[in-house]
Amino acid sequence: MRFSEIKDHLSGFRVGIAGAGGLGSTCAVALARSGVGTLVISDFDVIEPANLNRQYYFISQVGMLKTIALKENIARINHDITVIALTEKLDNLNIPEIFTGCDVIVEAFDKDDMKEMIAETVQTRMPGTPLVMGSGLAGWGKSEIIKFRKIDETLYICGDESTAAGDEMPPMAARVGIVANMQANTVIEILMKKTRDYFRQ
Amino acid sequence: MKIILNNREEVLSGENLSVSEMLKIKKFSYKMRIVKINSLLIPREEYESTIIHDGDNVQMIYLMSGG
Repeated sequence: MRFSEIKDHLSGFRVGIAGAGGLGSTCAVALARSGVGTLVISDFDVIEPANLNRQYYFISQVGMLKTIALKENIARINHDITVIALTEKLDNLNIPEIFTGCDVIVEAFDKDDMKEMIAETVQTRMPGTPLVMGSGLAGWGKSEIIKFRKIDETLYICGDESTAAGDEMPPMAARVGIVANMQANTVIEILMKKTRDYFRQ
Repeated sequence: MKIILNNREEVLSGENLSVSEMLKIKKFSYKMRIVKINSLLIPREEYESTIIHDGDNVQMIYLMSGG
């Protein structure tokens, strides 16, 4: 299959991205480069200098809302992509609303309790919507323990499932990038198997 | 009873264990996790009341901070 055909197929889909940190910003850029038509990105944070060790932002964007900066960066890469940027703090009530109509949802939170919250919310309140999660990506090296698991048709896990981020185990660009790109790769695989609905806006 | 736990056959002593009991027996102590039984996610507050039956397919996923 030629890239022009892949891009054309992917342009008909909408993907939700919950969080625009290391996982979310990197994953969103990979999906935008691949031609996924619409990205719904939600995050309430502003860019801090410490984020630049792994997140897809620039020094000039420090202080900006991550979603606005990411929308700007994606437009510079591929202006055919529609980015819907939302600055709401996600919870179990607004997630089904915000990500309604999304073909796949990417979990890109930092904190483990938020990861648990979105898993419970999407799996119980949005049945049938695939959720692609990141779990275990901090530090460096140990590429051999980073894995991908398809739990079932609606749940996919990327990461080593054992390394928690902390002051002594910081998340860094290379390892976070591997997992973020595994998530993007999984989204593309799900979408390439899906039939496009040509009547949807 | 015999169950499938993370894609492996597993024999647990006792019948009809709750999710909490299974987690204790298997020493799954890390607090942030997802438990699915036959593809159905079990919310944390239902760990005590949800029973795992012989032959069930149980998935346990640890959720690690970082993103």
